[in-house]
Amino acid sequence: MFKSLTSQLQTMWTILQHTFTKAETVQYPEEMPYLAPRYRGRIVLTNDPDGDERCVACNLCAVACPVDCIALQQGVRDDGRWYPQFFRINFSRCIMCGMCEEACPTNAIQLTPDFEMCEYDRQSMVYEKEHLQIKGTGKYHDYNFYRVAGLAIAGKDKGEAQNESKPIDIKDLLQ
Amino acid sequence: MSELGTMVFGLVLILAAVGGAALVTWFERRLLGIWQDRYGPNRLGPFGVLQVAADMIKLLTKHDWVPPFSDKMVFIFAPTAIVVAMLLGFTVVPFGPDLYVIDLNIGLLFFLSMTSLAVYSVLLAGLASNNKYALLGGLRSAAQMVSYEVFMGLSLMGVVMLSGSFSLLDIVEAQRDQWFCIPQFLGLYVFLIAGVAESHRLPFDLPEAEHELTAGFHTEYGGMKFAMFMLGEYLGLILISCMIVTLFFGGWLGPWLPPLLWFCIKVFIVICFFILLRAAIPRPRYDQLMSLGWKYMLPLALFNLVVTAVIALAMQGQG
Repeated sequence: MFKSLTSQLQTMWTILQHTFTKAETVQYPEEMPYLAPRYRGRIVLTNDPDGDERCVACNLCAVACPVDCIALQQGVRDDGRWYPQFFRINFSRCIMCGMCEEACPTNAIQLTPDFEMCEYDRQSMVYEKEHLQIKGTGKYHDYNFYRVAGLAIAGKDKGEAQNESKPIDIKDLLQ
Repeated sequence: MSELGTMVFGLVLILAAVGGAALVTWFERRLLGIWQDRYGPNRLGPFGVLQVAADMIKLLTKHDWVPPFSDKMVFIFAPTAIVVAMLLGFTVVPFGPDLYVIDLNIGLLFFLSMTSLAVYSVLLAGLASNNKYALLGGLRSAAQMVSYEVFMGLSLMGVVMLSGSFSLLDIVEAQRDQWFCIPQFLGLYVFLIAGVAESHRLPFDLPEAEHELTAGFHTEYGGMKFAMFMLGEYLGLILISCMIVTLFFGGWLGPWLPPLLWFCIKVFIVICFFILLRAAIPRPRYDQLMSLGWKYMLPLALFNLVVTAVIALAMQGQG
């Protein structure tokens, strides 16, 4: 009885001391919380340094997505380069896990530190390609997939990519 | 006071009590916020005071729904009973040497009976709702009130013995030399706990117990009828605080400041203490509540009663 009484008095004293501690609350709309540069928020599609879109419609992000919120259709340009005909992210499903960003071989899909995307209409949470695509390069300024990839497209033959040597003709011994 | 004066004062008292209860809802949330390292409602008006008005508008404009499966008459009557009983309790409280509605020579008993009447409200609400949770809440409240009522009355008998009167005015006058919180500290302790249980506030809010019984006896209530229950509860809080001040802390007595101000300051401090209790102490289990009441509080109240009686008699023999 007395033990519990003293313990309760002690609790009350501790609580009373909290009169002089500062509130932990961040008063959100007036006072923005600190978001780390790698904070995972709204998803964007980035351009490469030349200003062309990075996405090659490989579908890896859609496969990696645990909630299946990414949908896209692959198309082929005249120069043989792949691109998404449409690219759709349903943000009412997205859990901002960042798996798509990790899966992306071209660093096209990236998560940004922006979480303020409230809508009155649920349909407005579905972002199309024109809503997702940004002009900049995002977190990776110098990366251009086709310049390092071995694939040949118009204007760049095999072996002309960065850090790439000319292909070896493995049949030259037979000549 | 003249009859007209009493009527006017009564009206002012009702308005002040209801307004005070509304204000306490806001104040409690702010204070709890401070003690839990957050802000509480601080958006509407200065310091968030207008939160009260916002809550009021919300509750008043809500659909006043009576469940079709309930006992309708009783269902509607229950929330009014608690408010009426608590407001009646205020009539005997002396706010100053001349500031009271009525000076009953059984004022203390009247107060006790009015707080007991409030049990009916909870009980009837639980019964009339025709809902398991509400019934459980009502059951708990009945048992809790009955057991805590016993020593609530007994704990005050020491005060009555020392002052020699049931009239609250006489009791306050008897504290001119020394507040009763010193000779009657055991009585104060028991009455405090009984008071918390009586106004079923945390930590003794077992009839409501959101985490176990959804909302206990007022599960089926909404809108204005729910607001009446809340009003009754906060009126009960203020009433119990007023009584503690009157019985143990010298009521309006105090130097320099006007009596009413002294009374209000003391009541304010006691209300703060009640809110501190809510912030600090967790709700006991039901059997713990019962064993605390019957095994510790009742003997303590009886012990206090006997010792006070012996001392009072001895002093009478000397004097």
